[in-house]
Amino acid sequence: MADTQTALAQQLDRPLTGARGYRAEPMWRLVLRRFLMHRLAAASAVLLLLLSLASIFAFLAPHDPATINAAERLQPPSATYWLGTDLLGRDVFSRLLYGGRISLSVGLLSTAVALLIGTTIGALAGYFGGAIDNALMRLVDVFLSFPSLFILIVIGSVLRNSQLAQFRGGLLPLAVIIGLLSWMTVARVVRATFLSLREVEFVEAARALGASDLRIMLLHILPGAVGPIIVQGTLQVAYSILVESGLSYLGFGIQPPTPSWGNMLNDAQRFMTRLPWLAVMPGAMIFLTVLAINYVGDGLRDALDPRSRSTMRQAR
Amino acid sequence: MLPYICRRLLQAVPLLLLVSLAVFLLLHVAPGGPMAAYERRMIGLSPQDLERARKQLGLDDPIHVQYVKWLARVVRGDLGESLMTRRPVRTEILERLPRTFYLMGTAFLVTLALAIPIGLIAAVRQYSLFDHTVTTIAFMGQSIPIYWLGLILILIFYGTLTNPFTGRPLFPPGGMATLGAEFSILDRLWHLVLPVTMLSFSWIAWYSRYLRASMLEVIHQDYVRTARAKGLREQVVILRHAFPNAAIPLVTLMALDLPLLFSGALFTEVIFSWPGMGRLFYDAAERRDYPLLMSIIMITSVLIVLSNLLADVLYAFLDPRIRYQR
Repeated sequence: MADTQTALAQQLDRPLTGARGYRAEPMWRLVLRRFLMHRLAAASAVLLLLLSLASIFAFLAPHDPATINAAERLQPPSATYWLGTDLLGRDVFSRLLYGGRISLSVGLLSTAVALLIGTTIGALAGYFGGAIDNALMRLVDVFLSFPSLFILIVIGSVLRNSQLAQFRGGLLPLAVIIGLLSWMTVARVVRATFLSLREVEFVEAARALGASDLRIMLLHILPGAVGPIIVQGTLQVAYSILVESGLSYLGFGIQPPTPSWGNMLNDAQRFMTRLPWLAVMPGAMIFLTVLAINYVGDGLRDALDPRSRSTMRQAR
Repeated sequence: MLPYICRRLLQAVPLLLLVSLAVFLLLHVAPGGPMAAYERRMIGLSPQDLERARKQLGLDDPIHVQYVKWLARVVRGDLGESLMTRRPVRTEILERLPRTFYLMGTAFLVTLALAIPIGLIAAVRQYSLFDHTVTTIAFMGQSIPIYWLGLILILIFYGTLTNPFTGRPLFPPGGMATLGAEFSILDRLWHLVLPVTMLSFSWIAWYSRYLRASMLEVIHQDYVRTARAKGLREQVVILRHAFPNAAIPLVTLMALDLPLLFSGALFTEVIFSWPGMGRLFYDAAERRDYPLLMSIIMITSVLIVLSNLLADVLYAFLDPRIRYQR
């Protein structure tokens, strides 16, 4: 008996446990395996990892991003200045690294804000339903009717002349405001999950055992909403980065001298035809980052929620 | 249908009040307040002049009185006067709005003309080389920062490529017409090519992908199989039977997205110096010209509410299964 089991185990190349003769694959491994099947998503994840490392270790940059050197302005790429210098003689490569740090920080921070608000509102609306649901969904409608880009520009025009713009070019208020204006999709997604899960048996069982509403929401239902939240959060990072760089490009986002990919693009456009690389590179960084995040989001959707059919998946 | 529309319009009133209050407070509580525009610009003004300006703007009233007064004027159609040009805001906006609609309308038509065939072909030839290419480009179109796309277009078609006959740049880098030239439709089209490309690129990406997905859903339904079984030609099956149903959600989506076109138009107008609403808003924000800012935001909010309503009405009109309760 034992012999047959070992033989079977060797045949299957995994240890046999339990009555059915196999051990369930842990959830995270399953998700990871499904994620890696999406080649582009896997490649994008690697690219994003490199970008994050580059922003974390931006202090290793060859030059200081703020040092002005009038004698060496608008230099073409060379051994000293890998990607040349800008109008004020600052090293473009170093500024790109620091700019990435700003863009990624704004993306992550504002997503954290959006997830916090969106999850709370969506959970309350979906769990309690009725009048609370109605009121909260009205609120979602109100926020969806805001012309958000226009409002962000107005807020930006106010912020940039205030004390708040002093620290890191106004990164913190900008990130918070972008988050405040973009939690609505998260709320809708979370609400849908809570609506469908609040009636299932294990929630009923928890309620019968006397668990409080808060406990049921946090420990029993929320874990079921983690998948959609992660997917939505990923896409939100991409969106926030686009919004931040758009605002910075217009001059209402991150304020100089703090570099961001958006305001570098703004600086560069005046002599674009003469020095095209100055405008091409920051934009290419935004494009690549957003593209990679979107692919990762797509891969995560495939991996975390196999029931949803993404269009990318159909295409392959 | 009419009572439904009326109810929806009434529901929009508190929403618009909320938007107006938020923006009003934002501009009035901000450091410098509405006077910021003066204090930064007109350094030569005497304290008495500033005082008179304050009086004129009614800034000595408490803030809620100011808001109510402003609201009362707006409801009567008086949007105030631009702080910088001293012209009525209404004149400024009425002058710019048609130009923005012109740009947006052209971009919208181009989007429709390209996105529909692309989405249809991609769905019919699922997994073909065409389909793969479209999907990849569509994904890029959704990720590209459109202001960067605009700059790249200028770089290529103005900065690099030249017209082989005249030796001048292939396309102009901005503006609505050649300076000093007489109006001609060819000249206008020539100026429209780059901004319209910039504006419609990501929309084509979005909508063709969306149409492809909804076509794929419809194509596998029984009634389409029935149509084929009757012996109808494939063309008829796709265009007459499948497409109209697949297009219903797309129409709704497009109506909902109309206001988003405005945001895109803002970047396009700034980059290509197109003298429309977006450009006006950008300039007003640069100068903190708050009567203009408030008015443009309010008009955009009204447009958002109207397009949401349009989306719902269109949906009910196109899909007879949808009924509205009174």
